[in-house]
Amino acid sequence: MDILVYGTVNSLTLALMALGFTLVYGVSRLPNFAHGALYIIAGFALWAGLNTLGLHYAISALLALIAIGIVGAAMYQGVLIRVRGMATSEIIASYAIGLAILEFLRWLGFKGMTYTLPVFKEGIIWIFGVPVDWQRILIIIIGAMVFVFLWAFTHYTKIGLALRGMAQDERAAMMLGIDSDRMAIVAMALGSILAGVAAFVLLPLGNIAVEAGYSVLILAIAVCIVGGLGSWVGALLASFLLGFLQILTDAKIGSHFRIVVALMAILLTLILRPSGLFGRQKELEERV
Amino acid sequence: MRRDDQYRLERLDRGIKIRTGGIYAISSWREMSYLMVPRLVLILGLLALPILMPSAYWQRVISMVCIYALLAIGFDLLAHFVGLVSLGGAFFIGVGGYLAGILSSYKGVPMVLTIPIATLGGAIICTLLLVPCLPLRGVYFAIATLMYPLILTRFIEALNIFGGTDGIVGVSGFPSQWIEQYLIITLVIMVLFSIRRLVNTDYGLVMRGVKDNDQAVRASGISITQVKAVAVFITSLMGCFGGAYLAHIYMWSGLSQFALDFSIIPIAATVIGGGGTLVGPILGAFILVPINELLRELGTLRIVFYCVILVIFIMFKSEGLMVYAERKYHQFQQWKKV
Repeated sequence: MDILVYGTVNSLTLALMALGFTLVYGVSRLPNFAHGALYIIAGFALWAGLNTLGLHYAISALLALIAIGIVGAAMYQGVLIRVRGMATSEIIASYAIGLAILEFLRWLGFKGMTYTLPVFKEGIIWIFGVPVDWQRILIIIIGAMVFVFLWAFTHYTKIGLALRGMAQDERAAMMLGIDSDRMAIVAMALGSILAGVAAFVLLPLGNIAVEAGYSVLILAIAVCIVGGLGSWVGALLASFLLGFLQILTDAKIGSHFRIVVALMAILLTLILRPSGLFGRQKELEERV
Repeated sequence: MRRDDQYRLERLDRGIKIRTGGIYAISSWREMSYLMVPRLVLILGLLALPILMPSAYWQRVISMVCIYALLAIGFDLLAHFVGLVSLGGAFFIGVGGYLAGILSSYKGVPMVLTIPIATLGGAIICTLLLVPCLPLRGVYFAIATLMYPLILTRFIEALNIFGGTDGIVGVSGFPSQWIEQYLIITLVIMVLFSIRRLVNTDYGLVMRGVKDNDQAVRASGISITQVKAVAVFITSLMGCFGGAYLAHIYMWSGLSQFALDFSIIPIAATVIGGGGTLVGPILGAFILVPINELLRELGTLRIVFYCVILVIFIMFKSEGLMVYAERKYHQFQQWKKV
């Protein structure tokens, strides 16, 4: 029962981390290696809103989300748009930006226990005889909400449909009058906001540390690769697969191997089935 | 520079080239020096460096520069001649370093043997481990290679083998500073010129074919995987030598040899120096690593600093310094009235 409950929580944690990454990649084929940095900035912005400016939680969360959306869009408009389409430069540029942001924050001193975000509600609840704290319940609720929201957004709004059109076939979308750069900016902003939401929900479990940025990036990549880069449903399924795998390794082998599971999953998926377990096979694009 | 409508920039090749289709008679001292001076400046400059900078600290920096230069040449070869973007420089360094450490410290093998064994053995291990990834392209290969050093780090940490987080101590050191310096400097020069030759041979042509159109190469009955494997083997030879050398100069091998630095700095050096030139990466390493040392007091801010440089170069000068310099050197340039 332990494994079932905590596996679900862990799976949704992974899903939240990966959603922004997979959204950006799906729409604009841009592997956003700065994802971890955006996640940490969002956490920091919320912390600054709460503690430095002393605002109410809802207001500072809203401001932080807007800020992170703007940061993401600016990153695309300022830098990434110039290297669009050159795979090497995209990776190097986005990774360098992410590294710069994270290391700058480390220089400012985000290492120890100094910066923590408040949990929404203290206390523990018992589910099927397993103690779970409220924050983890919240992960499940918010994770589900984000998924429903994204589904509705991409199926019933104009911008959402445009995004989906871009993801399916960029040229056809452009023929129908969808501005591909504008949509890519929207996707980037939305992806950053999703990273922010993930940060608000997940960071209270630990503290705002630079290292978290790196591990979020690795886990997001793991989920996306296993699920198939750019496939949203695949990402969700993969996060459940990986989530339960991780919890099982925790229980059976030891928590040292937790990240090894994610890394091995990336490697094995890439070697055996690069489009991911649930992705469409695009043989010529990814392997010879 | 004037950018009026009436003027245009005219570029003319200077008429001297070597190793092209035609035969060029080089007759005068002027023409010979035109070809020789840049090469001699590089070779003599590299050879003179340890004499010009006798302090132990700066000699160590030179060694590090050369290690990064080897990695950067390898990255350049893989990325711009074979089309494989490898983010796994740390993987080669780590494997070479650990192999040399194990041989030297646990088995007591003398250094004359550990470095060649670690270089060759490490390269074979790296190539065998990377072979399954070779069919991958672009982002997929990059991510896969990025994972290797991370996985090995976690394994060593989790299983607590090879000294665990403390690393392997008691690796033998170099007998003298001069041997230490000149070993790697001559190697960098030799590697540079032999790889420049390699990419101009027929086999080099096949490599470039793999980069530009692998399906056409395959249709010609040449195995792409084999060509890629050979390129990866050459690269990992250089990387593993760097690792073994690193283990011997610090008399220690440990987890920091799998650090991201070894993957990132060579890439930055290649971008700044100019990809596809093979000399550019060395130039880049000679710019970046000393800056890195000078900024050491700033702590992690220096990483921010060179990430910003990297982004600026990628955005505005993606050809790199060396391509720019070569163009200036090989071409006349003037504004002509239209």
